[in-house]
Amino acid sequence: MSDINELSAVALGRKIKEKEVSVKEALDACFAAIDKKDEEVHAYITVDKDAAYKRAEDVQKKIDAGELKSPLAGVPAAIKDNMCTKDLKTTCASKILYNFVPTFTATAVENLENAGSIVLGKTNMDEFAMGSTTETSAFGVTRNPRNTAHVPGGSSGGSAAAVAADECAFALGSDTGGSIRQPAGYCGVVGMKPTYGTVSRYGLVAYGSSLDQIGPLAKSTEDIAVILEAIASHDKKDSTSLDRKDTDFTSALKEDVKGMKIGLPRDYFGDGLDPEVAAAVKKAAEDLKAAGAEVEEFDLKLVKYAIPAYYTIADAEASSNLERFDGIKYGYRTDNFTDLHDLYKKTRSEGFGPEVQRRIMLGSFVLSSGYYDAYYLKALKVKALIKQAFDEAFAKYDFILGPVAPTTAPELGKSLSDPMKMYLGDIYTISVNLAGLPGICLPCGKDKTGLPIGLQLIGDCFKEKTLIQAAYTYEKIRGTV
Amino acid sequence: MANVISDETIEYVGILSKLKLNEEQKEQAKKDLAQMLDYIDELGEVDTEGVEPMTHIHPEVNCFREDVVTNGDDHEAILKNAPEEKDSAFVVPRTFD
Amino acid sequence: MSKEYETVIGLEVHVELATKTKIFCGCSTAFGGAPNTHTCPVCTGMPGSLPVLNKQVVEYAMAVGLATNCEITRHCKFDRKNYFYPDNPQNYQISQLYLPICRNGYVEIETGKLSVNEKNAGKTESGEVKRKRVGIHEIHMEEDAGKLIHDEWGDCSLVDYNRSGVPLIEIVSEPDMRSAEEVIAYLEKLRMFVQYLGASDCKLEEGSMRADVNLSVREVGSEKFGTRTEMKNLNSFTSIQHAIAGERERQIDILESGGTVIQETRRWDDTKSESYAMRSKEDAQDYRYFPDPDLIPIDISDEWIEKVKASAPEFRPEKMERYKTEYGIPDYDIELITATKKTADIFEEATKLCGQPKKVSNWLMVETMRLLKEKNMDAEDIVFSPAHLADLINLVDKKVINNNTAKQVFEVMFENDTDPVKYVEENGLKQENDTGAIKGICEQVIADNPASVADYKGGKQKAIGFLVGQVMKQAKGKADPGTVNQLLKELLDQA
Ligand SMILES: [Mg+2]
Ligand SMILES: [Zn+2]
Repeated sequence: MSDINELSAVALGRKIKEKEVSVKEALDACFAAIDKKDEEVHAYITVDKDAAYKRAEDVQKKIDAGELKSPLAGVPAAIKDNMCTKDLKTTCASKILYNFVPTFTATAVENLENAGSIVLGKTNMDEFAMGSTTETSAFGVTRNPRNTAHVPGGSSGGSAAAVAADECAFALGSDTGGSIRQPAGYCGVVGMKPTYGTVSRYGLVAYGSSLDQIGPLAKSTEDIAVILEAIASHDKKDSTSLDRKDTDFTSALKEDVKGMKIGLPRDYFGDGLDPEVAAAVKKAAEDLKAAGAEVEEFDLKLVKYAIPAYYTIADAEASSNLERFDGIKYGYRTDNFTDLHDLYKKTRSEGFGPEVQRRIMLGSFVLSSGYYDAYYLKALKVKALIKQAFDEAFAKYDFILGPVAPTTAPELGKSLSDPMKMYLGDIYTISVNLAGLPGICLPCGKDKTGLPIGLQLIGDCFKEKTLIQAAYTYEKIRGTV
Repeated sequence: MANVISDETIEYVGILSKLKLNEEQKEQAKKDLAQMLDYIDELGEVDTEGVEPMTHIHPEVNCFREDVVTNGDDHEAILKNAPEEKDSAFVVPRTFD
Repeated sequence: MSKEYETVIGLEVHVELATKTKIFCGCSTAFGGAPNTHTCPVCTGMPGSLPVLNKQVVEYAMAVGLATNCEITRHCKFDRKNYFYPDNPQNYQISQLYLPICRNGYVEIETGKLSVNEKNAGKTESGEVKRKRVGIHEIHMEEDAGKLIHDEWGDCSLVDYNRSGVPLIEIVSEPDMRSAEEVIAYLEKLRMFVQYLGASDCKLEEGSMRADVNLSVREVGSEKFGTRTEMKNLNSFTSIQHAIAGERERQIDILESGGTVIQETRRWDDTKSESYAMRSKEDAQDYRYFPDPDLIPIDISDEWIEKVKASAPEFRPEKMERYKTEYGIPDYDIELITATKKTADIFEEATKLCGQPKKVSNWLMVETMRLLKEKNMDAEDIVFSPAHLADLINLVDKKVINNNTAKQVFEVMFENDTDPVKYVEENGLKQENDTGAIKGICEQVIADNPASVADYKGGKQKAIGFLVGQVMKQAKGKADPGTVNQLLKELLDQA
């Protein structure tokens, strides 16, 4: 038997239910892994052993009494540090929230806790989820457990690394432009961004509100389905939350892709794509074809415009969302100031890192008088056309298959020097957010240095089940990577 | 670079964003902003004639609450995180409105 | 002044809606309470919190829009207005810019009419009543800000978010008004509609109705508008009048001396009776409005509009018509009583209880109006209950007290809704209904005033008034003047 902390969430949950493993033992195993590895990996910003053990007792009692029957009962989870957790520090990896302790818990986390899952702590991320490497965190970088000279991806890099390093059974991340899928790809775990509105955003500290979605990072597609089923809910506290009747995602855990039509966008296999990545992804398509799916190449329009549209919209929203961090109600406040506006400016300049400041400035600019139409409205129109392009594609295909990122995980310190290049790395993930679509990323091989390669499947809105079924089938074909 | 950001513009962006930049940061910000705008300008190549700007992805409308009081007095928790508090209020530098 | 100038005025009127909860959270809108005791993560801008719209706000906004002849925007949205200020916890206000809920309406105003007091003072209409339409550009929904309290001791201000998130509608007029008189007529009309709808109590002094005045001047005959300024902090009709006069003069002075008016926001200082510019380099006044992604659009169906229309109360014109047929009181009374919903409500309720419409109306028109004016109060501030007014009328009818005593009792009742029956009892104000005793006083007065008696007998009917007065005085006001009059006549005619 493998170590407890190496088990998938579902496998661990089963052992807990069958009394082979106690909830305390599950925690012990995860904390042992954290103690052993996290000094180097630095997946976590905050670990709360006391609270976790206290809850474990409670959960164990409920399991023993037969009150908790969820497959996640007693299963330890890591939460990205941009989701509010009552009485547990929530920093968004920013100095400006270095001491912030929320008074309420995010709905998604609450849903997990209601299922009996236990929060171990809060994971590292790019500051306010702005970045693709987890290097913009104010509390230090996270390293890729597969090779600690490399980044784990981002912005949910801490969550992906915690899963990859077996420092938790699974984790929650958030995805605004690929922030779950890309780090999942870099760390060789499975990550899914559901359809916009499927998981409540209440308690998620906003980056780009029209794009943000919470989703799971885990060790298998089966785990993903179980976790997503637990966290999805129609939340009256989030006006953009949807009333979906089809969130029984585990019903899609079927080994069958026969007759499924898969589209391969030519634009996703063009310039800039690492040949090793291209080969592994194409091989995955071949595998699915061999299992009975139809695979066809096609032209997905407007791919290159997704990035400028995305950064315009996300940064505009971010500039407004981040206005509330002003040193008055919570978080960091500068020591010296002469008046109110000086207080605002110094607090924010000292509290936000360079990447966040860059995006706030761009966002403020594209919304400012005289530029709104040319930049912001234009981006919203391009977004409408991108959505249309996907609609056309999904009229033909059950899902779209492609890479999650142009390369495998870059080395630490190689990306930040050129922000533009970092932004270009998001090319395969961000249009999914613009169009509100579900997307899943799972490992499909390794490059010659042993770094994981991620395969991305993109579905039409509400087609998570198609993606889960295809990913589940592919995992069976692929075997262990 | 097609876009050039002037000193006045970066000053103005600093006011809008409430960020204080030193000279070096200003120069960097001017460069970064110009580079991003050049990139965003590519959107101009897309014909969006007659296209409705898409603010919301889903067609859902009308999410309401009933007019019923659900919250009690939570001021202690609310003020717990305040950098400075006095008489159950948040403290700010003296302001005249 | 060499040239003649015309004043061009548009108003932005903020009305605090009478909902139980805030616009985007379940916090109470009740007044009072220690700072921040009516707050939650949403209305204090906590990270991760999200707004959910109060349905009642939409219905009130629609109702006001329908009453003011607006088109209802069938697909409307909320936008964010971004600006940094501590009374605004998110540093953006959720408001509506691009698709406000109501557009293109108007109200009819009348000017040149005599005020109630002028009429009471005996003036008659000059016949120069002017009617005019003031256009309503739009009505939008938005959230109110918190309050800044200036700390007396420390060198700081304190922020209280109890009012943060209280729902407002902002009614934006077209620049259709030309004088303070028109502005006041417009505000009174708006207030009447909103109060009748129960959408707000619209108290200027308490800030539940706030008017910002946009004003420019131009030479008479000119088609082009001048540069306007926006005046804030006007919390009474008087300060609005003063501010309009002051700003008109200020702008004319600038133009006359060859200067140009700067478009700016100015704050009116009521104590100094002058305004000053609210400018700062740090207030860019570039609000970067964009659709709020946290709220989804509102679709308003025909059915919904019909429902809101159907639930609209009886407005003033219908009410006036009904009063005529149902109560048969004079037009003049009807006009006064229905001027506010508050007085109309008191009228109907008290009439129901005592069955004396004309007497209820008299109390409202004369004593109530007099005291309101004397105490500088609004009809909304009336505290006495219709039941107590009905009781008071009954006391007079049953001759328990006379009219003069009733007026004294009313003044007390007006202060704090004192029960008139108890008050009369406790203060021994019941009138002397023993005709024997009054007759004795009458005989005494006749004996003491031979000159007046002679005058009366000599044909001066008026002389009896003096004698009645003397009797009332001796009876300490507790006699019924009618009875006294009758008794005196009998005695004098007998003699
Ligand atoms: Mg406004
Ligand atoms: Zn609240």
